Amino acid sequence: MASHTMPTAKPKLGVFKFASCDGCQLSLLDCEDELLAVAGAVDIANFPEASRAVEEGPYDLALVEGSITTPHDAERVIEVRRQSKFLISIGACATAGGIQALRNWKDVDDFTRVVYATPEYISTLDRSTPISVHVEVDFELRGCPISKTQLLELVAAFLQGRRPNIPTYSVCVECKGRGTPCVMVSHGTPCLGPVTQAGCGAICPAYNRGCYGCFGPMESPNTAALGHWWERQLDVPVPDLVDAFRGFNAYAEAFRTASDDYELRESRD
Amino acid sequence: MSTTAVVERENFEELFEALRARGYESVGPTVRDSTIVYDHIETVADLPVGWTDIQEAGTYRLVRRKDEALFGYVIGPHSFKKYLFPPRHTLFTLEKTSEGVKLVDAGDPVPQYAFIGMRPCELAAMSIQDRVFGEGPFFDTEYLRRRQQVFVVAVNCVETGGTCFCTSMGTGPKALEGFDLSVTELLGDAGHRFLIEAGSPLGEEVLADLPHRAAESGEVADAERLLEQAEGAMGRSLDTGGIKELLVGNPEHPRWERVGEQCLTCTNCTMVCPTCFCATVEDTQSLDGATAERVRRWDSCFTTEFSYIHGGSLRPSAAARYRQWMTHKLASWIDQFGTSGCVGCGRCITWCPVGIDITKIAAAIRASEEKKHALA
Ligand code: SF4
Ligand code: SF4
Ligand code: SF4
Repeated sequence: MASHTMPTAKPKLGVFKFASCDGCQLSLLDCEDELLAVAGAVDIANFPEASRAVEEGPYDLALVEGSITTPHDAERVIEVRRQSKFLISIGACATAGGIQALRNWKDVDDFTRVVYATPEYISTLDRSTPISVHVEVDFELRGCPISKTQLLELVAAFLQGRRPNIPTYSVCVECKGRGTPCVMVSHGTPCLGPVTQAGCGAICPAYNRGCYGCFGPMESPNTAALGHWWERQLDVPVPDLVDAFRGFNAYAEAFRTASDDYELRESRD
Repeated sequence: MSTTAVVERENFEELFEALRARGYESVGPTVRDSTIVYDHIETVADLPVGWTDIQEAGTYRLVRRKDEALFGYVIGPHSFKKYLFPPRHTLFTLEKTSEGVKLVDAGDPVPQYAFIGMRPCELAAMSIQDRVFGEGPFFDTEYLRRRQQVFVVAVNCVETGGTCFCTSMGTGPKALEGFDLSVTELLGDAGHRFLIEAGSPLGEEVLADLPHRAAESGEVADAERLLEQAEGAMGRSLDTGGIKELLVGNPEHPRWERVGEQCLTCTNCTMVCPTCFCATVEDTQSLDGATAERVRRWDSCFTTEFSYIHGGSLRPSAAARYRQWMTHKLASWIDQFGTSGCVGCGRCITWCPVGIDITKIAAAIRASEEKKHALA
C-alpha cells in the first residue's frame, strides 16, 4: 500500500448511508461546479450515490447520512467510526433521527404488522436515533436536506485545519440579512425561524411561508415563548403546536420536549 | 437656508429626474411582501402610493388609505443602514499566484445613493452611525465611502405609528438638520402638495430644477400644525430622565429575568435597529486553498458566539443578553458616543416576533425604583 505513505496522497473521503432518503448525499452531487474541486482535493473512496467502487478504509473523513433504525446498522456505524479519523454526521436523519423518528412516539410493531406481509422477517429497532447516540461524532451538519454551501465550507475547513463558519444562531438572522419582512409580524403566519438554526438561507419566509425547522433547534431555543405567542396571538391550536415541533427534527431535544409538553397539554384540555 | 418652496404633486416626479441627472441611484420606500421596504426606486409610481401601516408590538399590517398620499405610512422593517453598512459584504479577496499572494477586489465601486423618504428618526440614526463609524481614532472606511456621497431627501412625519416615540428621544417628527431636502406632504382641499426646504447648496440646486413656487404663510402654518399634532400622537413614550443611572443601577432587577423568559434571542431587534452597528468577520478559503475571502456581516449581542471567550459565552442567558442590549442602547452608549443609541423609531418593538417592548421594560424598572424611593 505504497500510496498511503506517498506525500502527495489526498485525504480519503468516505460517504456512508444509514436510514435516509439520500437527499443529503445528493447535495454533494449537486455541487456540480465544485465537484471537480472536491474530487481534486480529496480521494473519494466510498460514495454509493456516485459510484459503486469501494475502497477499503481507513478514511480521513467520513460523511455519515441517515439514522440508526436496525440492529445491523447499529453495528455497522461502530465499524464506520473505527475506520474513520474524522466523522461528520450530515442531515436531520443523522443528527436528530429524521422524520422516521416519529416512530419513537409509537409502537413500531404496530407498523411492521400493518406494512409487511411477514413481519417476523423484519428486524428493526423501536427507535430511530441519531448517529451521536451510537458513536462519537466530530461535527454535526444540520438540515433536511443539508446546504451544499455549508457542506463545501465544512470540507474546506477540514482540509485547511480551521474552524468552519457554520453559525448556530436563528434563521431570523438570515431572513433579516436578505431583507425579507418577517412573516409572523407582517401577516401573522406562524414561523419556527426564531428557534431554528440558520443554514438554509431563510428560504421559506422569502416565499411568504413560515419556517418548518429543517435545520433543527438553534443554540438557545425558547420554544415555550414562541409557542405561547403562536397560541395567544396567532390562534394556533395546541394539536398544531405538537405537529409543528414534530417535523424532520422531531427527536432533537428542544423540539422533542416542546412537542411532548404540548401533547401533555392536549391530553389535559 | 432658503425659504420654503411648494412643489405640486404632478411635478414631484421631476425630483427623480433631477437626481438621476446628477448620477444618483434613488432608494426608498416601496411595497413588497405586504410591507413597505426600502429598495431601488425609479419613479413616483414605485412609492407606496395610498398605503399606510398599522403597527403594534409584534404586529405590522399594510392597509389602504382613503387618499393617494405618497408618504402616508410610518416606517417598515428596513432602515437605510443596509446601504451604508450592508448586512454582508466582502472586504477583500486573496489569490495565490506565482508571484505570491495577491490582494484583489478590495474597494468595489459603491453607488451614489439618494435616500428618498428618510424619516427624521432615521436621519438621527444615521448621524449616530456617523459618529460610531466616522469619528474618533478608528474609523470605518467602508461606511464612509458609502456615506460621503449620499443625497438625503427627508420626509417629515405628519402621522405617527403605534410604536413610535421619537418625541421622547428628541429626534422627530420634524427633521432639523442633516438633509439636502426636507419634505412635508400636504393633502386635502387645497390640493396634494409638498412643502420643500433645502438644507444644503446641492439641495438648493436640485430644488431649483423642480417647478416650484414660494409657500404661502398659510401652508407653512398648516405644516407646522400637522407636525405639532404628530408630536402629541406618538404610540409610545420613554422617560429618558436619568435613564443611564436607572439602568446601570439596576443590573439585578427582576424584570430582566422576566424578559429573559419571553425573549427568543432571535436577534431581530438588533437587525432592524437603525443604530445597531455590530459586525463580525468571516474568513473562508476555497477548497483548493488558492483563494481566500474576508467577509464582514452583521452580528448581534443576542447570539451565543457574540460574547464567547475561552471556555464559554459570557452571557449564556436571554436575560443577560437583553439587559446588555437595552443597557447599551439607552445608557452606556451615552458614555461611549455622547448620545443615546435609541432614536425612538419603534422598529425593535414592532419587529420583535413576540412583541417585547423596550419602552415598557424601561417604564417597569423606573416604576419599581420610584416605589423604592417613595417607601424610603
Ligand atoms: S419570518 Fe421567521 S425566520 Fe424570518 S424573521 Fe420572522 S420569525 Fe424569523
Ligand atoms: S432601540 Fe428600538 S426604538 Fe430605539 S432606535 Fe433601535 S429599533 Fe428604534
Ligand atoms: S427582544 Fe425580541 S427581537 Fe430581540 S432577540 Fe428577543 S425575541 Fe428577538
